[in-house]
Amino acid sequence: MPGLEDLYREIILDHYRNPRNRGELEAPPATRVEGFNPLCGDEIVVYLDVDDDGTIADIRIGGQGCSISQSSASMMSAAVKGKTVREVQALTRAFKGMMSIHESSLDGEADADSEAAEEAAADEVRLGDLEALRGVVKFPVRIKCATLSWNTLAQGLAEAAEAG
Amino acid sequence: MSTIEERTDPIDVAAVKADFPLLAREIKGRPIVYLDSAATSQKPRSVIEAMTGYYETINANVHRGVYEIAEASTNALEDARAATARFIGASSPNEIVFTKNATEGLNLVARSWGGANLRSGDAVLLTQLEHHANIVPWFQIAAEKGVEIRWIPLTADGKLDLTDLDRLLDGVKMVGLSAMSNVTGTLTPVRRITDAAHAAGALVSLDACQFVPHLPTDVAKLGADFASFSGHKMCGPTGIGVLWGREALLDAMPPFLGGGGMILDVSLDGWIPADLPAKFEAGTPPIAEAVGLHAAIDYLSGIGMDAVRRHEVTLTGYALRTLRERFGDQITIHGPSEPAERGGVMSLAMEGIHPHDLAQVLDEHAVCIRPGHHCAKPLMKVLGVGATARASFYVYNDETDVDALAEALDAAAGFFSF
Repeated sequence: MPGLEDLYREIILDHYRNPRNRGELEAPPATRVEGFNPLCGDEIVVYLDVDDDGTIADIRIGGQGCSISQSSASMMSAAVKGKTVREVQALTRAFKGMMSIHESSLDGEADADSEAAEEAAADEVRLGDLEALRGVVKFPVRIKCATLSWNTLAQGLAEAAEAG
Repeated sequence: MSTIEERTDPIDVAAVKADFPLLAREIKGRPIVYLDSAATSQKPRSVIEAMTGYYETINANVHRGVYEIAEASTNALEDARAATARFIGASSPNEIVFTKNATEGLNLVARSWGGANLRSGDAVLLTQLEHHANIVPWFQIAAEKGVEIRWIPLTADGKLDLTDLDRLLDGVKMVGLSAMSNVTGTLTPVRRITDAAHAAGALVSLDACQFVPHLPTDVAKLGADFASFSGHKMCGPTGIGVLWGREALLDAMPPFLGGGGMILDVSLDGWIPADLPAKFEAGTPPIAEAVGLHAAIDYLSGIGMDAVRRHEVTLTGYALRTLRERFGDQITIHGPSEPAERGGVMSLAMEGIHPHDLAQVLDEHAVCIRPGHHCAKPLMKVLGVGATARASFYVYNDETDVDALAEALDAAAGFFSF
C-alpha cells in the first residue's frame, strides 16, 4: 500500500514552500496561458518567453493549488528554462510517461511497439528533480494535479509558435 | 431555535449505523469515517434490499403492461410518487416529476418554464452561493433570450445579504435559490425570499438538494414554486431525482424531453403531450430507483425528519466547538457560526495546507472528506479561496466521527508543519 511518504517527498514540499520562478512576465511580448483542473479548482498561469531560435528564455508561474500541482509547476519551470522547444517536448513526453500517460495509446488501439520505442526514447531524457513526483502515479486522482502545469505549458508553446 | 440544541439526542446512532452495511467496512485497517454525505449519502440495508427485491420479483416495464408483474411494477412506481408527495407536503402526486437527479430538475425548469416565459429584457435573480446546477442552466437560457442575470450577495459569514432585495427583484421573473448551501451549510431564508419574489411578480425555483435529506420539508410552507432534489443524497439510490412544481405551473409548461411515455397521441402530423406527470417523463423511468427512493423515504420517516434535524444541529454544534477549541486560529470554518442557521456541512481551511493535501492525509486515517470547489466556483471567489475541504454529516454520524476528524486534522497539521 502506498504511503504518504511516497507522495510527499521532501523535495516536493521544498518546491511547494519555496516555489521557483514564481511571478509574471509582461504579456505581450510574453505568452500568457491559464490552465484549470476543473475537478478541484486548481489554477496555473504560465508566462513564457520563447526566443526566435526556439529557446525558452524565461518562464514564470502564477496561480494557486495543492502541493502537488504547485511543486510540479515549480520543478517544471526550473527544468525547462533555457531548453529548446524540442527538448521541452521530449521532457514533457518523458514526464507524462512517468505519470503513465502515453499520448499514442489515447488514439484507440495501443501500439505496443511504438509505445515501447517512445518509452525508450523518453528513458534517455534526464528527469532530474522531477523524478520525485514518480510516487504520484500511485495516487491516480493526483496525476491531474501533477500534469496540470505541463499541459498548460504545452498549450503555451503552441500559442507562442502560432504567434511567432 | 436555540432550544433545539438543548434537547437530548433521541437518535440511537449506533443502531442507525448498523443499518448501513458500508459503514461496517474498514479502510487501511481502520473503521471508515464517512463525512461526505453532502456529495452522496450511504444507503441503509432496507433500500438495497428493496431494489434487489424489485429486480427479483416484479421487474417489468411500467404503464400499458397488462400482465401481473407489469401492473405491480407500475404500482410500485406510482406508490413511490405518492410517498414522495407526502414526504414534502405536495398537494398531489401529479406535482412529483421523477428526473435523473436534482440537476435535471433545475434544467427542466430553466428550459421548459424559462423557454416559454422569459423574454428579452427580463431578469433572473440568483444567489452567490448557488451550485453550478442552478447557475449554468440560467446562463444557457439567458444567452438565448437576452435575459439579465443578477446576484444576491453574501455577508462575511456566508449568509445572504438581503439589504437590496427589493431593488434586485425589480423586473425579475425567476429567482434561483438554494435552500441550503452545499459548501457553507447556510440555510437561506426561503420564505422571506419567496414572499418578496411573489410580491414582485417573480417565481422561485428552489435547489433543495441539501435541504430535503436533512430537514423536515413542507413545500407549501417554504412557498417556492419549484423544488428539485436528488434521491442519492437522502439514503436513496443514484439515478433518480425529484422535481416538485405547483400543478398549475407544470400543467402550463411545455415538455422538456420528447419520447415514449410523455405523449397522449402521435400521428404523422404531430403529437399531443400526455397529462402530468407523464408529460415530463419521457422514456422508461428509473423504476428500481423509485422503489429505492420509496424505501429511503420510509427509512427517514421512521427516524423522523425532526429528529434527523435535531441530531445534526447537535452534532454540528459539537463539531464547531471541538474544531475551534482544538485548532483556534489555525482553522477557518466558512459559513454561519450558529448551528441553528446551518446544516451539517462545513467547509474547512487549515492554515498552510491546501484542501487536496488535507484530504489526502485524512484518507490515510480512513476519514472521507471532499476537497475542491464543490461546483460552486462563484462562491469560492466570494470566499477568496480556490477550494475548500468539506466535511458533511448525516444521521449515521456521531461524536466519535467528529473526534476522528479532529485527530486526522491534527496529524495533517503535523505532517505539513513548516
